[in-house]
Amino acid sequence: MRALVLPIIVPMITAAIMLLAPRRPVMQRWIGLAGAVVLLVSTVAVFGRVNGDGIQVLQVGGWPAPFGITLVADLLSALLLVAVGIVAVAVSGASFAGVDPRREAFGYYPLIQILLMGVSGAFLTGDFFNLYVWFEVMLVASFVLMALHRNRPQLEAAFKYVTINLIASSIFLTALGLLYGVTGTLNMAALAQSWPSVQQTGMDAILAVLLIIAFSIKAGLFPLFFWLPASYHTPPAAVGAVFAGLLTKVGVYALLRIFTLLFQSGPGALATMLLAMSAATMVIGLIAAQRERDFRRILSFNLVGHIGYTTASLAVLTPAALGAAIFYVLHHIIVITNLFLVSGVLLRLRRTTDLKSLGGFYTSQPLFAAVAMVPIFSLAGVPPLSGFLGKLAILAGVFEAGAYWVGGIVLVVGLLTLLSMGRTWAEAFWQPSAEVDRATPGTALMMAISALSAVTLAMTWLAGPLFDITLRAANQLLQRDDYIRAVLGGAS
Amino acid sequence: MEILLALASGVLYTAGIYLMLRRRLAQLIIGLGLLSNGTNVLIFAVGGLTRGTPPVVAQGAEQLVPPYADPVPQALVLTAIVIGFGLLAFLLVLAHRVHALVGTDDVDDVGRER
Repeated sequence: MRALVLPIIVPMITAAIMLLAPRRPVMQRWIGLAGAVVLLVSTVAVFGRVNGDGIQVLQVGGWPAPFGITLVADLLSALLLVAVGIVAVAVSGASFAGVDPRREAFGYYPLIQILLMGVSGAFLTGDFFNLYVWFEVMLVASFVLMALHRNRPQLEAAFKYVTINLIASSIFLTALGLLYGVTGTLNMAALAQSWPSVQQTGMDAILAVLLIIAFSIKAGLFPLFFWLPASYHTPPAAVGAVFAGLLTKVGVYALLRIFTLLFQSGPGALATMLLAMSAATMVIGLIAAQRERDFRRILSFNLVGHIGYTTASLAVLTPAALGAAIFYVLHHIIVITNLFLVSGVLLRLRRTTDLKSLGGFYTSQPLFAAVAMVPIFSLAGVPPLSGFLGKLAILAGVFEAGAYWVGGIVLVVGLLTLLSMGRTWAEAFWQPSAEVDRATPGTALMMAISALSAVTLAMTWLAGPLFDITLRAANQLLQRDDYIRAVLGGAS
Repeated sequence: MEILLALASGVLYTAGIYLMLRRRLAQLIIGLGLLSNGTNVLIFAVGGLTRGTPPVVAQGAEQLVPPYADPVPQALVLTAIVIGFGLLAFLLVLAHRVHALVGTDDVDDVGRER
């Protein structure tokens, strides 16, 4: 299916067109929004095709599978691509509220598009080296967006972010080198096929640990997440929204892929390791969130903690738990992007996201408070919103698989999340405050937040059909023979 | 020859990690550079070293006769070198900005507000 390249080339072409209008930010905003809408349409088209006709494959340049680069879209990739499209539209829309002129002059709008291209590419590729390249595309764009700072804490955050990501890339590349040395291929499907021969050489544990470390740094799993809360609260809201919504999810996606394609048949210790890391991530992330007093830092720690939810339920590797994990990832992308945009409104209103200077929006900005309520309570897991449904499904999946202690942790962490988000809501929105709002929330940001809240409500309303799809996606992941046949069978 | 490259790669990794644990930004950057080059040497070496037999079909022959050098690791290494070079250049510029703004290249002092 040729349309598979669209989610990659649409942002690239959009960025190229933007560069033709270098000093006209308003025009770049419109081009960005148009590009994002086209991206969303193309991802929905890809999803429709995958949903109807099964796994779609494109052998780039017509080179047959293990030799050329393969683009593959199964249901998981297609669902995540749609989420990328939604985030793209929301963030491009929110950019109309204005970004500081310095960032605009240094290519803020094209860089966002390049970032989206990298994320789409990572979700679509069927080749590990190509995945590395998409990681780097994504990273370079995020480095520049992150590093356009002036003050010291922001620069420090940027430096930490760049360094840890470069180390993760080196580890990933080392794993790829060894993997090629053992198997002679880096095509995901071919590797899935030849993994038993890797197990015979005894290299499988080393390779697996290297890959898990590299992807866990990107995903932000314990004990490798400390860079994330140290850096995500510093960039402007729209940038933070894309980072928080999409970048860590690429790490989660990579973990989903290697666990379902390669490690399904063992070694069994890997799943236990991932389970333990996820449990620690959940607990430590949410405990750390309790002591934070800054809206965006609270969000960062909640983001880390909830990554643990998805990876814990991935480690269980049953269809029900995996389906729940996919649902939760989708819910989390929308909600966390939305919350970072909410922090953008807070910055406009009070020039800070420190909780002690917030408060009173319930009376002063009732509309904003009502719209922001959806993502806050959805993240907290209040019924009937999508966060609650996702957590319920994860719990059911984990208990069904007999991992009771993880289920217990999920419950406790759910309570901690409720506490953390409940307090944030109470202090930032509900309690009266002597502070005065210095601006209006801004139409662009309000529209973006409302749209994302509407998506969350739609995910709640249509949870039944969506769960059916994620369950099918999970089954597709677990039956890797279909994936292998689709890629290596030569269908295009 | 493989053993020599394996040792070289190991030394580069060791030196890179040692330098990254130092406090100065310059050493951190050099360490990252060494680490990425250690990886490049590793990829090159695990592909197997075959001297003097390029993967080209000989005149008059129908197909490749082994042994021949594997071209894929070389393509991978080239890509990795280019990416690593770009990132290193970016990191140097970032460090330069940090130094211009903060006046120190001690990692611990960078984030400290005065």
